[in-house]
Amino acid sequence: MNKRIFLDPLFKNNPVSVLALGICSALAVTVKMEPALVMALSVTLVTGFSGFILSLLRNTIPDRIRIIVQLIVIATLVILVDLILKAFAYPISKQLSVFVGLIITNCIIMGRIEAFALHNKPFPSLVDGIANGLGYGIILVAVSFFRELFGSGTLMGYPLIPEKWYVAGGGFYENNGLFILPPMALIVVGLIVWVFNARNAKNDKKAWNK
Amino acid sequence: MDKKKKNGNLYTVVYAAVMVIIVAVVLAFVSQFLKPRRDANIMEETRQTILRSVHLEGRSYEKYITDTVAGPEHLPLFICTLDDGARKYIIPLEGKGLWGSINGYLALNDDFRTVYGAVFDHEAETPGLGAEIATPSFSDPFGGKSLYRGDDFVSLSVVKPGRSAGNPNAVDGISGGTLTSRGVENMIRESIEPYIPFLKHYE
Repeated sequence: MNKRIFLDPLFKNNPVSVLALGICSALAVTVKMEPALVMALSVTLVTGFSGFILSLLRNTIPDRIRIIVQLIVIATLVILVDLILKAFAYPISKQLSVFVGLIITNCIIMGRIEAFALHNKPFPSLVDGIANGLGYGIILVAVSFFRELFGSGTLMGYPLIPEKWYVAGGGFYENNGLFILPPMALIVVGLIVWVFNARNAKNDKKAWNK
Repeated sequence: MDKKKKNGNLYTVVYAAVMVIIVAVVLAFVSQFLKPRRDANIMEETRQTILRSVHLEGRSYEKYITDTVAGPEHLPLFICTLDDGARKYIIPLEGKGLWGSINGYLALNDDFRTVYGAVFDHEAETPGLGAEIATPSFSDPFGGKSLYRGDDFVSLSVVKPGRSAGNPNAVDGISGGTLTSRGVENMIRESIEPYIPFLKHYE
């Protein structure tokens, strides 16, 4: 049971490509791979622990202020992560601070709490939250891989395209500026959604014919 | 728990109040507890940024920044003495980028005209575009540029990438980050201008 909770959100029910959650931040932070990785890690931590805490509280939360309680828990966790990073890993926190607001508003976190944590025991909720964070991370890393490689010619900040290939150095190559702009993020995400859905449709057909 | 009781007004109000108080106490406690470490980090970062503008990142601040002078309107001017005794004058910069404030330090040679080094940082510029002003590939070309054309103060222009070659008053901007590049240009002009009469006097 726990294995399915963990594996489903990675591919079959990926929050970004199948459920279309968290698209906004997937477009915003994927210009370079490094912030994308930091963002994926932070979102994974917050989805995991907010699911765990709210699942512990699930039988006591009044229905009418349910969403507000969820937001308080999520916001508290994000601020805690930010405070701890500022004290112990200042350079990373400088990179992350721009994206903290985006973590709080990430639809995946509240989506998973509403759909899963409020009806399940704490441990499965923790697993579900972490798995969804990782599923989100996979897409982020894939999108940022293509955007950084073709847009800036680097990966994780290291140049991959030899200097003399560039037109400026007498070569034939030039970085594609479209890749660092938001429209290309949408197109890359769209292509990934296509691949995921085509694969899922094939699997569904197989299961149907059995 | 009893469904009806759980949705009563009193329960809801008390629940919200208790929750908010707990969260406030936890956050205030953690924030206060970590404050000294955070402040130390911020101060060290500022000092390292100042040193970076004179290409001495990672060295001791006390050793190289030998003097701090209150300039015009009490704006600070940092004086750095290099190993060979040469003096560099570091001016803090502050201005507006596209999404938030940008800042930096500009180090001048002792002729008060040519730039020795520069470093920039930002609060919320777009990653991969405007945020590139914080990288050495943007700030390194500032070295050797001049703030003067003849005897007139003209500041520095941030121009289209590739257009600055051979121009001592211009540096390359960032493609896709035009508004941030323009912000840097304005920031340098506006931050240095008040220092000009003061620096002449110092000269």
